[in-house]
Amino acid sequence: MIQILAASLSPLPSIPLGITQEGNWFLQNAWLIPLIPALSFIGILFFGKRLPRGGAELGVAALLIVFLLSICTGFAWMDHRDNFHGEEISQVLTTGEHGEHGEHGEHGEHGEHGEHGEPSLAVVNTTTWFITGGVEFSVGTLVDGPAVMMLFVVTLVSLLVHIYSTDYVAGDRRYTHFFAFLSLFSASMLLLVISENTLQLLVSWELVGLCSFALIGHWWEEKENSNAALKAFLTNRVGDMGLLIGVTILFFASGKMIPDSFGSFSIATTNALASSGLLPHTTLLIAACCLMAAVMSKSGQFFLHTWLPDAMAGPTPVSALIHAATMVVAGVFMIARLYGVFFEGFSIGGSSINLMALVGGFTTLVGACLAFVQRDIKKVLAYSTISQLGYMVMALGVGAWTAAMFHLFTHAFFKACLFLGSGSVAHSVHSFDMKSDMGGLRKVMPHTFRTFIIGSIALAGLPPFAGFWSKDEILVGTGGWGIMGGTGGNGSYTFMLVMGMITAALTAAYMTRCVYLTFFGEFRGHGDPHESGPRITVPLWILAVLAIFAGFLNLPKGFQLVPESLQERFGHYVEPVAGYFPKISHATPSWSLAIISTIVVVTGIAVAWNYYFVKVEKASKESGQSLTELPDGLTTRLVIARMGHTLLVNKYYLDHLYTGIITRAVKEPIAELAYRSNQEILDRTVDTFGRTAVKVGQFNYNKIDQTVVDGFVNASGRISSDSGEELRKIQSGKVQSYAAILFAAATILAGLLIVIV
Amino acid sequence: MLLNQFLILSAVLFSIGVYGVLTRRNGVMVLMSIELILNSVNINLVAFAAFREAIPGEVFALFVIAVAAAEVGVGLAMVLLLYRNRRNIDLAEIDSMKG
Repeated sequence: MIQILAASLSPLPSIPLGITQEGNWFLQNAWLIPLIPALSFIGILFFGKRLPRGGAELGVAALLIVFLLSICTGFAWMDHRDNFHGEEISQVLTTGEHGEHGEHGEHGEHGEHGEHGEPSLAVVNTTTWFITGGVEFSVGTLVDGPAVMMLFVVTLVSLLVHIYSTDYVAGDRRYTHFFAFLSLFSASMLLLVISENTLQLLVSWELVGLCSFALIGHWWEEKENSNAALKAFLTNRVGDMGLLIGVTILFFASGKMIPDSFGSFSIATTNALASSGLLPHTTLLIAACCLMAAVMSKSGQFFLHTWLPDAMAGPTPVSALIHAATMVVAGVFMIARLYGVFFEGFSIGGSSINLMALVGGFTTLVGACLAFVQRDIKKVLAYSTISQLGYMVMALGVGAWTAAMFHLFTHAFFKACLFLGSGSVAHSVHSFDMKSDMGGLRKVMPHTFRTFIIGSIALAGLPPFAGFWSKDEILVGTGGWGIMGGTGGNGSYTFMLVMGMITAALTAAYMTRCVYLTFFGEFRGHGDPHESGPRITVPLWILAVLAIFAGFLNLPKGFQLVPESLQERFGHYVEPVAGYFPKISHATPSWSLAIISTIVVVTGIAVAWNYYFVKVEKASKESGQSLTELPDGLTTRLVIARMGHTLLVNKYYLDHLYTGIITRAVKEPIAELAYRSNQEILDRTVDTFGRTAVKVGQFNYNKIDQTVVDGFVNASGRISSDSGEELRKIQSGKVQSYAAILFAAATILAGLLIVIV
Repeated sequence: MLLNQFLILSAVLFSIGVYGVLTRRNGVMVLMSIELILNSVNINLVAFAAFREAIPGEVFALFVIAVAAAEVGVGLAMVLLLYRNRRNIDLAEIDSMKG
């Protein structure tokens, strides 16, 4: 007790932030990376139409430069992470009433800080943006592991999408406009990942939302597309409010700790204060809930995910870039960035359930189920994206930070590969409908087929493809089954493990369905499908190769597969070990989980294979026509299956809920109330008033109006008409007579002035 | 003593300007008379500025010169248009706004 008292009265020690201002040139000048695409945006907008290739070459060149810069930054960071011994910046704290301080003393102990050895100091570079009301708003760059990783992913996918688009949208009526927005999008996303403070994060967050709006509605002549764009934008606004409120709460919360300051937008400071347990838990919980709303809208988490499938109305390269690989992971990245706030706010360590893990787990299941009933190939992938984003959020919710980032990394490659593959297919058959216009494409489109298969296996998560390693790491991170000895994560999230396992099976099954409908069976469409050109297939192959090999970057420890120097390289370089990052525990990989998850995936594939490749294939041979489902499938035989199918086709009735019920529930009672109060209160009051007024009026009319008022009005009318007649003469229309009057009046006034003063 | 002479000059100039504005029938002459009025004001401003050793008066005179230039530009354009339409710039005859 005495110790707690002493701690709360004496000045608190300053806390290390885990950041430094020294570093390699590339780490210091990361601001160049968003700047170049931003300049390219302006260039394309103003001069694009005059360039020989309509501005596309400007965009591709800008992205190529940024990609090279990002790689250099990546290597600079790896060197910095291993060899840097510079000065660390600390935050001086004020004295204050921190009743909770005592119990937080023990907080730092259950981390495995020593696991990674040397702390990694993020390179921070800031400059003042503006100062108002005594608060300094700064902009800057915070370059650390996750930022560098995101820089690489965003620039690579964006570069490939740029190249792909030069073929895909060739001949479009707004070709230049399209590339301008792709550049602006890249710039905003790159700004987001190197944001030094939450305000900058907010600004770039809104910017990517804006670009998403513009690109979804690229073909806005069709009402459906512009509706989808509006839906995406408005749904995101819901979450943006949460982000704004959360950022404000964190600003003032951190201000209480720092002497002579209203608050701090700095991500490092906020995180360091939160992770060291100095901020009140309730404040953090509220802030984390607000930020969670932002994540739910931006990263398509249940129940704000409904905009993402509709966003497929945009051109396919946009879907690949924005709605699969980069923008939608902005929410996930934001959690990873402010992980201190979330980790403490949701008490992730040592718990077995929390809001984030629940939302993520639920989303992953919901998305995977919905992917089964889609006819549109892009919508399958959209729901799959929702499901995989749910995986990432769930991973962050259970404390498996590195696993979530790793899944983000691998998912970006194979999902972009799948999306671009679907675009290639659609380009050739001129439709997205798998059931009526595709089938049997494996022979005519060999490159697309092979890359799509690679992407699908990576997504399903079969070893040794990339998806397996990242998914398995997430499953391990949940803490294991809890019965056969856990894996030692941050808590016992067995519930999340079960959800993850079910999703793994579902993912494998719906991808098998998708592959069958697109590439196997007989061709059901019209025309003559053909393989796409090299500007489409080369990006596909690059992504496919990454989808195979990216998983080897983070081989688990303790498996004795490779020398220790090659294990967990991704985790070593990406996960911060610094003051601004909470001390999370790391799970130990286990053979049993890896084997079980593989069996689950294989079962999923086998069931779907049995249905499509065996039964449907046989049925279509017997009936002599190309089938996409069995004529007497489960849905026709089982009532429950049919009900489930209807529920899924209607997307859990969520859209009905939003427009039909919630909007109406808000709108109708208000209208009803307004009507009632209008009828009962206003009308009656008005009636009474009216009746009284009539009586008073009649009296008035007879006595007052006719004699007094009328007389007055008539007289004033007569006077003005007579005086007007006289004054008319002055308006001669001659300028000089006006001037004479003016000067005469001025002289008289001047005379008056002299006399009076 | 010094100030007086300038004020008298400016007053004389002002009166000549007003006389011109009121009596000249030629539009261009009226404009020139307005210039005289404005310049008499300028003399006043500069004289007081020199007398009180305050810069604002001189700055203000500069503004007046700039505005006068603009005003003459507009005025001459109007006179030119009048001439084109009526072959005549006699102000006494332009009275289509008579009430």
